[in-house]
Amino acid sequence: MFTDAQVLFQIAGIGIIVALIHTILKQMGKEEIAQFATLIGFIIVLVIVINGLSDLFNQIKSVFLF
Amino acid sequence: MDILQIVLLGIVASILYIILKDTNSSFAFFLIIVTSIIIFLAIIHQIGIIFEMIQELGRNANVEGLYMETILKIIGIAYIAELGASLTKEAGLGAVAKNIELAGKIFIILLAVPIITAVIEAIVSFLPSV
Repeated sequence: MFTDAQVLFQIAGIGIIVALIHTILKQMGKEEIAQFATLIGFIIVLVIVINGLSDLFNQIKSVFLF
Repeated sequence: MDILQIVLLGIVASILYIILKDTNSSFAFFLIIVTSIIIFLAIIHQIGIIFEMIQELGRNANVEGLYMETILKIIGIAYIAELGASLTKEAGLGAVAKNIELAGKIFIILLAVPIITAVIEAIVSFLPSV
């Protein structure tokens, strides 16, 4: 349960840091690099979420006798 | 106490969601998905135990295995459809959520077809033959 909650903080942390990087790069006038930073953060979180989702669906499949 | 942990997890997730919502709404949505996944993974073991018990009762009552299996599958479909529908509604896609619910209902009816035909056949066999 503790390790599960860690994922939550991980995602929130990545989100906050990415927002920070986005703001800083925007202030520096590097609009396109800011977009790329946001995109890459998005992909990292997406990988975490997809892993969890596949885990969940496998569990459902095994429990509900599909 | 597992329930306390789950409730605390929900509270922490909502606080993080409120922090993240304004700066980065896509990450906030991922947060919702991950929270629901974690909570379900925490309870799926208990669901398995309950299903074992239900199947044991059905076996003792000589209920046909097909029927029990169908009921369990229907519960699974209902849960998955509900999860997908609520997540899509949360993301603002109400129409897609409605369609997912419709798909869940259709699949449930499809699974229930053998049971419905069995019931109708039983009723027909009660009728006196002319």
